[in-house]
Amino acid sequence: MSFVFYILSALTVAGALAAVLLKNTVHCALALTVAFAGLALLFLDLHAQFAGFAQILVYIGAVAILVVFAILLTKGSETPKDGVFSKTWLAGLAVAAAVFAVLGWAVLQSTSRLPQDVKAPTVTVQQIGQSLVGRYVLPLEIVAVLLTAAMIGAVIIALHEKEGLQ
Amino acid sequence: MFETLDQIFVLLQHWLVGFLPLAWQSVAGVLLSVVVIIGLFPALFALTTVFERKGLGRIQNRLGPNRVGPFGFFQPVADGIKSLTKEDIVPLSADVAVHFLAPVLLVVSVFMGFAVLPMGRNMVLVDMDAGLLFYFAIGASTELSVFMAGWSSRNKYSLMGAMRAVAQMISYEVVLLLSSVTVVMIAGSLSLTKIVEAQNHYTWGLPHWYIFTPWGLAGFVMFTIAATAETNRSPFDLPEGESELVAGYHTEYSGFKFALFFLGEYLAMFSISGLGTTLFLGGWSAPFSFLTWIPSWIWFFSKLMLSIFVFIWMRGTLPRLRQDQLMNFAWKFVLPMCLLNLFVAGLWRFLGASWQRWVFCSAILILAYIGMGLGEMRRKHIGPRRYRYAE
Repeated sequence: MSFVFYILSALTVAGALAAVLLKNTVHCALALTVAFAGLALLFLDLHAQFAGFAQILVYIGAVAILVVFAILLTKGSETPKDGVFSKTWLAGLAVAAAVFAVLGWAVLQSTSRLPQDVKAPTVTVQQIGQSLVGRYVLPLEIVAVLLTAAMIGAVIIALHEKEGLQ
Repeated sequence: MFETLDQIFVLLQHWLVGFLPLAWQSVAGVLLSVVVIIGLFPALFALTTVFERKGLGRIQNRLGPNRVGPFGFFQPVADGIKSLTKEDIVPLSADVAVHFLAPVLLVVSVFMGFAVLPMGRNMVLVDMDAGLLFYFAIGASTELSVFMAGWSSRNKYSLMGAMRAVAQMISYEVVLLLSSVTVVMIAGSLSLTKIVEAQNHYTWGLPHWYIFTPWGLAGFVMFTIAATAETNRSPFDLPEGESELVAGYHTEYSGFKFALFFLGEYLAMFSISGLGTTLFLGGWSAPFSFLTWIPSWIWFFSKLMLSIFVFIWMRGTLPRLRQDQLMNFAWKFVLPMCLLNLFVAGLWRFLGASWQRWVFCSAILILAYIGMGLGEMRRKHIGPRRYRYAE
């Protein structure tokens, strides 16, 4: 629990809070990008170089742009007339607290079973690559099929609109 | 003597840092390198603006700036004073916070990209194991700043320019990454210093640069195309096309913020030329084995300035591509060639060192290029113009 960890987690939590509390939707999307950046820096703090840089490349470089485009091209960028907070916020809070309690209990349970003086393994990119095409090749191929199906689906949806209008 | 000259900046850094107590030395060393980078590349940027305006002028049969200083070489000083003293106009309905942060984000992320480029032997700021991935991750943040600039100005021209720019940058980023992946495959590492060291060998006096291999040449051409599109340079500069969109996403920026956008664009050009040099042109290694006595950083910066010259040359020569033309080009021609290039690089590696691999790899690439080119051209109906209206 070092000083850097506190700063980075404060940044992430602030970004996430701003993403739900701000009124302008594009500001919310940009605050979410700050939360993503905070997560990536936390990965880098744990010496997981590949995970951190892949987080920046994928989330900030692609997902944030996608979110922002989606907000722009729909009417979501105008502030809704009946407020941004939902009416059933108490139930939502209870459910979120319950999920957090279960996850926290599971994580704390697992750390008490590990030997206390084990160092974190340093994983190089080469090891990740070799395990991806060695032991985990089937999940890799399934994810590739899933991505291809998603791309084809997106193209079909976009195509269909033009045919429908004509 | 030449080894000292080669390492002179490293030795200078160690000597200067030696004056400080031991605990501060590593931080001071890094800070010193950072200050040098922040000072050197904007100075190069100033020089490049003059070269560009004079070069474009000569290509277009006119003189370029020639009033300020000998042959106009103090023009950037005049430009700097102008941008510092101009009024900073922010539109009334603009989103002030995002409008302010967009150029800041651009310049910060572009400067961070310089941290992993090996500018000479032992002259990298941060020697990361995943250096190439870091560079691409930081480059992805520049797209976000372009969008922020266009959206926060509350101006339809800016927004359209920003959307076009982001679409173009996303498409060509895929091409950029895929053409770099071939280099990573053959070099076996994501670290830029190891990639340069893998190219630093000589056979019969000629270097093992990746551009001298069939897949390397194809990869370098595609990398150059993608780099031109990523930095929004002509012929891909429709987002800032002056005749269509006023100035695209930086229409509403005046004074120093516009100078920051300009700086960011040129620094992105330097940084991506540096990356192309490292990946394909051998980084800081000399072209012939009898020239290795010339310091490594001179080679790196010469190759960098040569790439900048090629960028300026392309800007003066080629007409601008229309948005749908450049998107079609990216997705229908360059991306399939990139994927084929990956396959060819794999074939190169597994055929081992023989003359057959040169013949096969070159044959596959040339046939694919001609075949896809002919196939695409047959689908274009060159005849009277048909109009399609926006819905």
